[in-house]
Amino acid sequence: MIEVKNIKKSFGDKIVINDVSATMKAGQCNLIIGASGSGKTVLMKCMVGLFAPDEGDVLYSGQPFTTLDREAKTLVRKEIGMLFQGSALFDSLTVEENVMFPLNMFTSLSHKQKLDRVNEVLNRVNLVDTNRKFPGELSGGMKKRVGIARAIVLNPKYLFCDEPNSGLDPQTSLVIDKLIKEITMEYNITTVVNTHDMNSVMEIGDYIMYMYKGHKEWEGSNKEIIFSKNQRLNDFIFASEFLRDAKDMRMLEERGKIPNDRNMDDMLK
Amino acid sequence: MKIFGDIGQYLLMLKSMFSKPENNKMYWKEFMHQCSEIGIGSLGIVAIISVFIGAVSTIQTAYQLVSPLIPPSTIAQIVRDTVILEFAPTLVCIVLAGVAGSRIASELGNMRVSEQIDALEIMGINSRAYLIRPKIMAALLMIPLLVVISMVLGIWGGRLAGTMSGIVSGADFDKGLLEYFLPYNVVFALVKAYVFAFIISSVPAFYGYHVEGGALEIGRASTKAVVVSCIMILFSDYVLSALLL
Ligand SMILES: Nc1ncnc2c1ncn2[C@@H]1O[C@H](COP(=O)(O)OP(=O)(O)OP(=O)(O)O)[C@@H](O)[C@H]1O
Ligand SMILES: [Mg+2]
Repeated sequence: MIEVKNIKKSFGDKIVINDVSATMKAGQCNLIIGASGSGKTVLMKCMVGLFAPDEGDVLYSGQPFTTLDREAKTLVRKEIGMLFQGSALFDSLTVEENVMFPLNMFTSLSHKQKLDRVNEVLNRVNLVDTNRKFPGELSGGMKKRVGIARAIVLNPKYLFCDEPNSGLDPQTSLVIDKLIKEITMEYNITTVVNTHDMNSVMEIGDYIMYMYKGHKEWEGSNKEIIFSKNQRLNDFIFASEFLRDAKDMRMLEERGKIPNDRNMDDMLK
Repeated sequence: MKIFGDIGQYLLMLKSMFSKPENNKMYWKEFMHQCSEIGIGSLGIVAIISVFIGAVSTIQTAYQLVSPLIPPSTIAQIVRDTVILEFAPTLVCIVLAGVAGSRIASELGNMRVSEQIDALEIMGINSRAYLIRPKIMAALLMIPLLVVISMVLGIWGGRLAGTMSGIVSGADFDKGLLEYFLPYNVVFALVKAYVFAFIISSVPAFYGYHVEGGALEIGRASTKAVVVSCIMILFSDYVLSALLL
């Protein structure tokens, strides 16, 4: 479980995160959604300590994190896996070496065991025959998947994904979402995902926090989100034609024009 | 005022570099990789400039020594001493600041901008220790070696130019090389090489590691790294000469 307590962060006199608190439970996907520039990445980096928040703290399984010294932080970080928005693969290493890097650094497994583990996670993200390629030779979506593979190779307790499916086609996107959901439940990981993809929101959003200009505007689950009356949230999630149709159906449903036992999954098909 | 902040940050960077490696084998691998990048990667350019610098010194020294009273072997002495004292350590290191220094700054700058440094930190790796320390250690090992190679090649280039242009015979040159030779000069040159090696690796590492922004800033940082390294090399060259000669 990760608890975010009153985080504030500004760059110069620009307040980017304004007093955000949240509780993110283990074994579920916790989503941070919001428009571009609303502070999702900055909040995530404050949570993992890449930015020092100006105020507030982050608790990992109850233990305060931001005030820890370097060595104690390192111990927590060994349990964190993170996928960066730009993938952040090591340019000079092949796909295989990238994914193997954490294993090389922190385990004393034999080369064969490491290779097996690498192939296992690469398989999970649907990447085959790319082991010898360099990041420069991969498409954006492939890089993302390698990034995920590298983040999960050490079986982290906390998984952070900054826009795991931006730049992916809808099918691969779904595969990635399902994968994240699966490993989250399977290993009881506390997963935090930044996204502005509504498909992921509906697909995996066990807990959703909507950021608006640096503050928390709304929180809830994917069961609740499309029924929310929050105007800013509505503007955000119903930005697409398709979802506006869905919203109309919701209105019809509310007026009793269509039977309200119709479930949400059908509606979104 | 900014300069004091920078110096403080630079010292902090050096201090935080010293922590126990997370994994000795990986650090060793990175060290060897940097040795080959800095050493082998700069060997060609060092060889070329050394030979030409030696050759030019022979010809210019001969041009300035017009008196028939001075024996031609003196040319060899002068070439030997200028190459060992100044050209091999200082000039080679200035060139290396451009070659190896800009590479270090842009490599780290790129890693910073593309969040690779953040990725290392998240894994629980001390990115300064893992990325910067092997570079500095590799520079401290390889650059003095390159300077020694440069001394040899510079003197050889001088001899070649002397014999080819008929200024001084091979025998005279060899005789001059051994006259009044002070081994201390080589020690002094190596002291300079160590100091410069530290500058060439740590200053660009500082500018590269602390890049903020995008690709444009990487270019700016590496230019700045080279300029600052060169100035520091020349300044410490002066200080060391004043202190040790
Ligand atoms: N290092 C920084 N220095 C100064 N300002 C920053 C820095 N990083 C982010 N910001 C500012 O913080 C705000 C939030 O940025 P952030 O990257 O968190 O947005 P985001 O919600 O992740 O957007 P996107 O969906 O496009 O990734 C932006 O206005 C940005 O300009
Ligand atoms: Mg972002």
